[in-house]
Amino acid sequence: MTSRKPRAVPDAPPRVILGPESLSDAQFRTAVGAIDHQVDARYAWDTGVAISRFLQGLKAGEIWARYCRQCRRTLVPPRMFCEECFRPNDRWVRVADTGTVNTFSICYIRWDMVKLDDPELPFVLTLDGIDNMAGFMHKLGEVAPDDVHIGMQVEAVWKPEAERTGSILDIEHFRPRDAKLRKAKAGAKRKPAAKTRKAG
Amino acid sequence: MGQRVGVVGAGMTKFVRRANETGKELAWQAAKAALDDAGMTLDDIDCVAMGTAPDAFDGVHMKSEYLADGSGAWGKPYYRTYVGGGTGVFVTIQGWWQVASGQFDTCLVVAEEKMSSVQPHPQGAFITIFDNMIERELGPNLLWIFALEMNRYMQVHGLDKRDIAAVSVKNKRNAADHPAALLGQADITVEDVLNSETLAWPVQRLDVSPVTDGAVAVVLAAEHVAKRTTDKPVWVEGVGWHLDTAYWTNRDLYYPRYVEYAARQAYEMAGIREPRKEIHIAEPYDPFDYKELHHLEGLQLFEKGKAPEAMKDGVLNRDGDLPSCPSGGLLGVGNPIAAAGLMKIAELYWQLGGQAGARQVPGDPKKGVAQAWGDLMQVGTVVVMGR
Amino acid sequence: MFEKLSHPEDVRRVEGHIPIAHRYTPGVAGTAFFEELKEGRFVGARCDACGTTYCPPRIFCERDFEALEIDVKVGPKGTLESFTVGYTGLEGEPLDEPVTVGLVRLDGADTVLLHFLVGEAEPEIGARVEPVWRPKAKREGTILDLEGFKLSG
Repeated sequence: MTSRKPRAVPDAPPRVILGPESLSDAQFRTAVGAIDHQVDARYAWDTGVAISRFLQGLKAGEIWARYCRQCRRTLVPPRMFCEECFRPNDRWVRVADTGTVNTFSICYIRWDMVKLDDPELPFVLTLDGIDNMAGFMHKLGEVAPDDVHIGMQVEAVWKPEAERTGSILDIEHFRPRDAKLRKAKAGAKRKPAAKTRKAG
Repeated sequence: MGQRVGVVGAGMTKFVRRANETGKELAWQAAKAALDDAGMTLDDIDCVAMGTAPDAFDGVHMKSEYLADGSGAWGKPYYRTYVGGGTGVFVTIQGWWQVASGQFDTCLVVAEEKMSSVQPHPQGAFITIFDNMIERELGPNLLWIFALEMNRYMQVHGLDKRDIAAVSVKNKRNAADHPAALLGQADITVEDVLNSETLAWPVQRLDVSPVTDGAVAVVLAAEHVAKRTTDKPVWVEGVGWHLDTAYWTNRDLYYPRYVEYAARQAYEMAGIREPRKEIHIAEPYDPFDYKELHHLEGLQLFEKGKAPEAMKDGVLNRDGDLPSCPSGGLLGVGNPIAAAGLMKIAELYWQLGGQAGARQVPGDPKKGVAQAWGDLMQVGTVVVMGR
Repeated sequence: MFEKLSHPEDVRRVEGHIPIAHRYTPGVAGTAFFEELKEGRFVGARCDACGTTYCPPRIFCERDFEALEIDVKVGPKGTLESFTVGYTGLEGEPLDEPVTVGLVRLDGADTVLLHFLVGEAEPEIGARVEPVWRPKAKREGTILDLEGFKLSG
C-alpha cells in the first residue's frame, strides 16, 4: 500500500463516471451485435408432503392446515415444521373456507404490463376461526371493486367437483358473504327464457 | 468490535433505462470511479465483495463470476451476496466483516444491476417471487404485493394518499441535484402523482420507482489505512440484518418488524439510544413512496403510522429536522436493484463528509442510517455511519 | 416426527415454466468488435501496463483496471490452442453431424476466441488456422459472421 499524505476532501461534488451510454428504445432494438435469447426453463416441482395434502384437500373442496402445539398456531399454507419453534408440528386440522379480507388491490395491468379491460382483485385472505393470522393470496369475484373493503367477510366459491384438479384454482374466487354486496360475474349473460313454461 | 472500518471513496454510474454497457462494463465504471475517488489502485485492495440481485435480471448464469472482472476481483479473494433489494446495504455489511475481522485491511464493495435485459419487461423476472405451487397459477404480478402492503398500511393508520405522494415529490425534486439521476424533476407536484395512471390500486405510476441499469462502488478501509487515505473518513458504526418469515400472508404487512430488528442491532452496536435525536440523515429504501414511510417507522425514527405526518410537516425535507433520502432515493435517482442500496451508503459517505454539493444537508450532519429491503418482502438490512 | 407416506403417488407435482427472455446489448467493447467483424476484421485492445492484448476486446484490463482503447489489429490468422468434437446436443440427443469447436489465439492477441472448426482436415493443437467468413451481404454483426476457422494450408 503506497503511503500518502491524508487527502484533503474536495469541495466539489463527488466524481461520477459519465457512463453509461444510454440507449433509446429504437437503438436498443437495432444495436449491432445485440442478441435475443429465450430461456426455456421448464420444471416439475414435487409439492412435498404438506402441499400435496393441501392440494388433495382442495380437490375435495376442503382446506387443510397443520397445527403446532408448542406455539399454538394453525398454519395455512400448511408446512410440516413450524418455522418459529423449529420443530416438526403435530397434526392436520381442517379449517373453514370462509374468512375476511386482510388487504386487497384493484389491479388494471397484467404481469407483462399489458392493460386489462376488467380489473382483477387480488387479496390476502385471513381464515375464520384461527387465532393467529393464517391464510393465502387469492382473488375476489362477484363484487364491484368499489364495494371491497378490508374486513369484508368472504366465502370460497369452488369449481364444480369434476373440474377440480388439486390446484389453488379449484377455488374459483372468494365472494362477499353478504349477498347484498355480490354482483353477477363480469360478462354473465341472462339465460334465455324457456320457450315453454312448466305448468303451475 | 474488531478493527474500525471507514468508507474512504465512492463512485457510481448514471442510472439509465437502457445502457449499451454490459454488466461487466457498468461494474468497472463504478469500481474505477470509487478507486479514483479514494486515490487508490487495485493493488491497494485486499478483497472484493460484490452484490447483485437475481441472475435472471441480467440474464447471465453465475452472475458473480460473470461480474468478477469488472468488480476488480481478478486474483483476489472474492464473493457475492444476494438478498434481493436488501443487497446494496448487505454487501456493505459483508465488506465490513472482512475488514473488521482483521483478516483484510481494505475491501472494494461493488453492486451492479442491468434490468433492461429482461424482455418484454423486468416484471417477468419477478414472477418467481410468488410461490410456484399455490400462487403463480393465479397469474400475479409484482405490483400486487406492493399494492396489498400499501393498502394495509394506509388502512390500519387511516392515512391520506396525499402525504404518501408527497414522498415521491420530495425524492424526485431532491434527485434533480444528483448527477447520476434518471428521474430528477424539480417541478413535480403532488397533483402529478395523484393524477398518474392507477396500476394496481392504491399504487399509481408515479408512486413507483422504475427499474434501471447502473452500478455503484465504495472502498472500505481499516482505521490505520483510512487515516492515511483521507482526512475525513466516514466510519461504519453499526450493522444489522434480519429476516422475517417467507410466509408473507401470515403476517400483518402494515409494519416491517424485520427492519426494526435489524435497526436495533445496528443502533446497539453504534451506541445509539435515541435514534430520532441522534440520527441526522436517513436513507431508507424507497422503491415505492409508501415504503420510505413504512421503513422510517421500522427504523424507529417515527412511531407507527406517524411518518406521513412528518412528511406533511416538512420534517423529511432536506432542510427539515430529519432529512430522508436527500439523494433522491430510488424514486428520484433510479432503481437498479442491488446498486440502489449501495447508492444510499455512498450518499451517506458524501453527505457526512460534506461532499454532497447541491444535495448537501445543512448543519454539519454527523450520523446517518442507510437501510435496504427486499427478498420475499422480508429482509431488513441496516448500516449506521458516522463521523 | 414427519409422517410416513404410504402412497407415494399422493405426492404431487406441479408443472410450470419460467417465461423469461433477454436481449443482451453488445456493450461498448462488443459494439466495436462486432462492427469490425461485419467488415471481415478482428480488433483487440491492449493494456500498456501489463502488455496483455485482449481479443475479443474489453474496455478495461481486468488485471490493472486501466481503461483500454479498442484499436489493435489482430489476426486474421491464429494458432489453435485446443479443440474438441461434440457428438451430443443440448438435451443429450445424438447429433446428425459431429461439431468441432476450438480455442483460437489470433496473431497479436494473448487471449483466445471460441468458435467452430470447419473443413475436412484433422485439427491439431498448435496448428495454424484462418477465418472462414460468411458472405459479406449476410453478415449482421454477430459472432456468426464467422463461419469458423479452418486449418491453413
